[in-house]
Amino acid sequence: MLLLIPLLPFLGFVVNACLGRRLPKAISGAVACLAIIGAFAVSLSVAWPILMAGADAHPVEQTVFMWLPSGELQVPFKLRVDQLASLMILVVTGIGSLIHIYSVGYMHEERDSEYARYFSYLNLFAAFMLVLVLGASFPVMFVGWEGVGLCSYLLIGFWFHKPSAADAGKKAFVVNRVGDFGFILGMLLIFTTFGTLDFQEVAAAAAARASEGAAMGVMTIATLLLFLGATGKSAQIPLHIWLPDAMEGPTPVSALIHAATMVTAGVYMIGRNAVLFEHAPLTLSVVAGIGVATAFMAGTIGLVQNDIKRVLAYSTVSQLGYMFVAMGVGAFSAGIFHLYTHAFFKALLFLGSGAVIHALAGEQDIRYMGGLKKYLPITYWTFMIGALAIAGIPALSGFFSKDEILYRAFVGTPYHRGSAIVWGIGVVTSLLTAIYMFRLVFLTFHGERRAAPAAAHGHGDHAAHAGHGGSGHDPHHGEPHEAPPSMAVPLIVLAIGSMVAGYVGVPQAIGGRNWIEHFLEPSFEAHSTAGETAVAEPGATAILVAEPAQETPHEPADESTELTLMLVSSGVAVGGILIASFFWLRRSDAAARLAGQFGAAYRILLNKYYIDEIYNAAIVQPLKQLSTAGLWKGVDVGMIDGIVNGVGAIVRSLSGTLRQLQTGSIRTYAASLFFGAVVVVGWYLWT
Amino acid sequence: MVSLNHYLVLSGVLFAIGTAGVFLRRNLITVLLSVEIMLNAVNLMFVAVGRYRGTVDGQIITFFVMTVAAAEAAVGLALVIALFRHRETLVPDAFTSLKW
Repeated sequence: MLLLIPLLPFLGFVVNACLGRRLPKAISGAVACLAIIGAFAVSLSVAWPILMAGADAHPVEQTVFMWLPSGELQVPFKLRVDQLASLMILVVTGIGSLIHIYSVGYMHEERDSEYARYFSYLNLFAAFMLVLVLGASFPVMFVGWEGVGLCSYLLIGFWFHKPSAADAGKKAFVVNRVGDFGFILGMLLIFTTFGTLDFQEVAAAAAARASEGAAMGVMTIATLLLFLGATGKSAQIPLHIWLPDAMEGPTPVSALIHAATMVTAGVYMIGRNAVLFEHAPLTLSVVAGIGVATAFMAGTIGLVQNDIKRVLAYSTVSQLGYMFVAMGVGAFSAGIFHLYTHAFFKALLFLGSGAVIHALAGEQDIRYMGGLKKYLPITYWTFMIGALAIAGIPALSGFFSKDEILYRAFVGTPYHRGSAIVWGIGVVTSLLTAIYMFRLVFLTFHGERRAAPAAAHGHGDHAAHAGHGGSGHDPHHGEPHEAPPSMAVPLIVLAIGSMVAGYVGVPQAIGGRNWIEHFLEPSFEAHSTAGETAVAEPGATAILVAEPAQETPHEPADESTELTLMLVSSGVAVGGILIASFFWLRRSDAAARLAGQFGAAYRILLNKYYIDEIYNAAIVQPLKQLSTAGLWKGVDVGMIDGIVNGVGAIVRSLSGTLRQLQTGSIRTYAASLFFGAVVVVGWYLWT
Repeated sequence: MVSLNHYLVLSGVLFAIGTAGVFLRRNLITVLLSVEIMLNAVNLMFVAVGRYRGTVDGQIITFFVMTVAAAEAAVGLALVIALFRHRETLVPDAFTSLKW
């Protein structure tokens, strides 16, 4: 049963990849959508009993076959659904289904074969993502991990005839390899330490050990390596640079892969190995530090970007930073909760931006938008809901999850103490989030309609939606048109999702019961079934540290703190929106003046802190120099070719001398023969 | 009384004459004749030593040498004729084209 979940999209991929060229759009689109919707139905039937049973549910497992039987290393291809995975497969297949349906409308101007190629990639992505989520051990997860990376590459470079798209795909792939290198090393270290790669067994073995404290123990190193993998996949500092460029891909891809699902794989992976990370407080601090730094940095960059999708991309990076903060302070369920709500509103925002781009025939620059409210009412209102949700306005989904993270960051968890600094930066970031999101909303939908200057047309950026620019029968110039039903329906569904998704985690402080936290808790604990085989370390204190506190009791003081924090962040969200409305709605010249006043800071932000340039100067160029001057011109041409050619030259000059001996004169030969014989005979006679 | 040494000395002298002939003569036929002299010097030594040791081995190998010498003379003279037809000369130094 579990196997069906990734298998259905995979079959969809096979059909579209093999027959897609010959299939009309209606059929290839329908195959892809049915495959993912089928997977959603199966996921629902699998996840339903778990959702009903809540924290008491037992994981469902299926061993498909023995994958790597090799001595000590026994890796079955095993799938497992527990509370965490059940939530994730619903997000992946549910949002995936909506985005597949949306794509039917969004991509309809592509040629038949391109259309089928697009859907085959999308299905393949879903299949790999589900393997990643369902995998019960590191190697199975790694298959999905690499597979989604591949699909991400293929889809970013979907319009591969455009150099910027092809480059962005390559960049994403290469940057991800850096992270994967950490993931593999971490995986190997875990195998050599614990002798197993199954998540449950690793968790049980880790639980039996003492927490490593501030020491650089083997678990700290392993988790740091795994976290390097997570930074690559989830676009955190220092490997965040690929995600904004990934926006070269089609917009539904940005929504599905680069916002809702794939980029959260790093967060999911940490959640999956929560027990391991709990035992490495140093890693947790690093995770939280990187998370908060990324959240803040991406938020500031998001303030000044002009490409609608890039703003959303930086907002994704920023929100992923929040999730890592949650993971880092040990509030794993809060991180997964934010992942889950974020999937809704970020997919919504991306699909909304896709509808805008679609309506404007490929225009992505928000400076040339404006006043779209009356042309695109559905897009406007759904986008507005998404923006309110991500800004953290109370009663929408983003509010609950973000507050949970900020609260946990402030008061701490059994695994990590709280930090006012992390909380403070988090709040500032949430202010930035509200500002840049509403800058986007106001510049896109409000005010006057601003057309692009004539010169800008035909420029690379604007031809992004290539199908529009290229096709002759272009009905889109002139009046922007509202999205077709296949695009509007997913927008509406996601908008509803963005409103209500948060109600699974209403905090206790305001009368909820935070269902999701209790639901997810078993996934972050070691299970006793496997735990009995693990050898307990001597020393009872060790085990005491390892045992996570079951329930954090809600003291009244705690509740008042939480309420205060909640008020602060709600106020910050509203304040952000007001600031945005002041700058970009009422006094549109004020923003430009401010940018002029702080020219240096503005330029730094506009150029994304010059990180791409720094990497180029510090890594790419030296590597290129080393390769060109050192390895190519020096080692290959100089040494290796030199040795080969040198041997040839020596033999040649030597033989040039020696061949003079062959004179052709018989008498010379006879003389040398004779004297040779005399010498040999003489040798024997005289010694 | 003729001792073994006499034979050996005679054989050595003949061999030296043959060798000198090979090196010094400027006619290929004479060179071939000198080679024959060298061969016969060796034959003489074989027979003498064989008699000295009281075995027939020396005589047997001499027959082999004579057979080979006959064949060699036949082939050698044929080559000489062929060379002469080619170059109108029999000076060995004229035939040096078989080189690098």
